[in-house]
Amino acid sequence: MSFARLVLVVMAKDLRAELRTKEALNASLAFAVVILVLLSFVIESDDVPQKALGNLLWLVFAFAGTLVLNRSFAREVPNDCLDALVAAPISGAALFLGKALASFLLVLAMELVALPVFGIFYNVRWAQQFWPLMLVTVLGTWGVTVIGTVFSALTVNIRLREVMLPMLTYPMLLPALLGAMELTGDLVTGTPIGPDTVTWLKLLVGFDVLFTAASVTLIEFILVG
Amino acid sequence: MRDKILYVLGALAILILARDLYVIAGLPQEAAQGAIFKIIFFHVPAAWTAIVAAITALTMSVQFLRTKDFKYDAAAVAVTEVGLAFLAANLVTGSIWARVIWGIWWTWDVRLTSALVCWLLYAGYLMLRHAIEEPTQRATFAAVFSILAFLDVPIVYFSIRWFRTQHPAPVFLSSNGSFPADWTRVLLSNWLGLLLLAIVMTAIRLRQEESQREIDSLRRAAHAM
Repeated sequence: MSFARLVLVVMAKDLRAELRTKEALNASLAFAVVILVLLSFVIESDDVPQKALGNLLWLVFAFAGTLVLNRSFAREVPNDCLDALVAAPISGAALFLGKALASFLLVLAMELVALPVFGIFYNVRWAQQFWPLMLVTVLGTWGVTVIGTVFSALTVNIRLREVMLPMLTYPMLLPALLGAMELTGDLVTGTPIGPDTVTWLKLLVGFDVLFTAASVTLIEFILVG
Repeated sequence: MRDKILYVLGALAILILARDLYVIAGLPQEAAQGAIFKIIFFHVPAAWTAIVAAITALTMSVQFLRTKDFKYDAAAVAVTEVGLAFLAANLVTGSIWARVIWGIWWTWDVRLTSALVCWLLYAGYLMLRHAIEEPTQRATFAAVFSILAFLDVPIVYFSIRWFRTQHPAPVFLSSNGSFPADWTRVLLSNWLGLLLLAIVMTAIRLRQEESQREIDSLRRAAHAM
């Protein structure tokens, strides 16, 4: 099978497994709504500029997304599925990309539900710059997913996995989150991406490319040793 | 032999640092800042030492992945721990300076924030090591994490730099430098002292790591009997 097909097979397997139980997706969505509600006590909607609300959105995405990413490799531990996957005649890179793509789609699904909820709760007309916002969401989410998936593999069979993953992920994600926050803050208030903010877009693309390449290169060491 | 070299290096470090303390105490006060500026003689070399440690940790991690030789793993953890201590010294001295000059202990400036994020990243490295029991897996995962963390550092720095800056511009190796030549000599000499100190600390930590591995293998042998 070609590389792309292997990636798609792994992705389809992960999505199928998740959609049968929907445990990670439901938990992540519910958590996103919980954070959105909690944030409402911190910020009085009228005083806080809408740009800041757009920034907060990425905290919601990152926190809730971790619940999906936590499951990515942990799902394979019962019944020794991970050993079987590693022993299967597919490269670590294909396995990694397939899993990352599956998590990416799940996190994206959570975000696309959380976005309108955010708009309703905080009275933000977020869809004024719809397609640029989607671009930023996709780029930011891929950054979150690629780092999250590598660390999900790193922490899969260690003690305190649920604690370790966020502790390792968020500092590493800082540049991507910062870029996505800056752009989203502008876009939800209707400000298009201009010459001032295009740097952040470049940063997001650079982050995604660099860490995808690094992860694909290093994943074999994590899976096989 | 190795012990003797360590004693000599340690004594040399103490001598240099003691002499520098004497010289620094005799320097005149800086026109605008008064005596507190003298903290720069420790603040800046501590940061440089931490950077040298981070580069060494990266090299050792790559070497470990290439050779699977545990001496590189021991070197990586030893140098990371020492680097973290020097980065902490850098953050603390900076904070003391900021309290006097800016009137605040902390501000979310680019250098402060990126130094803190680096500290958190490498603290995550040590936490990850603590959480993994199996030595080969621990060494491999830690090496992968160390490489990813090192890649992240420059992106973190530049992303926050675009975000905001308040830190005084560097006065070394830059066009807006105004640091007198004889002060620079003291600063470099102090750096040499701190570097020697770091080397001695790393070597001691390295020996602990080697003893630990010996104890582990003896214990395993005893269990096997």
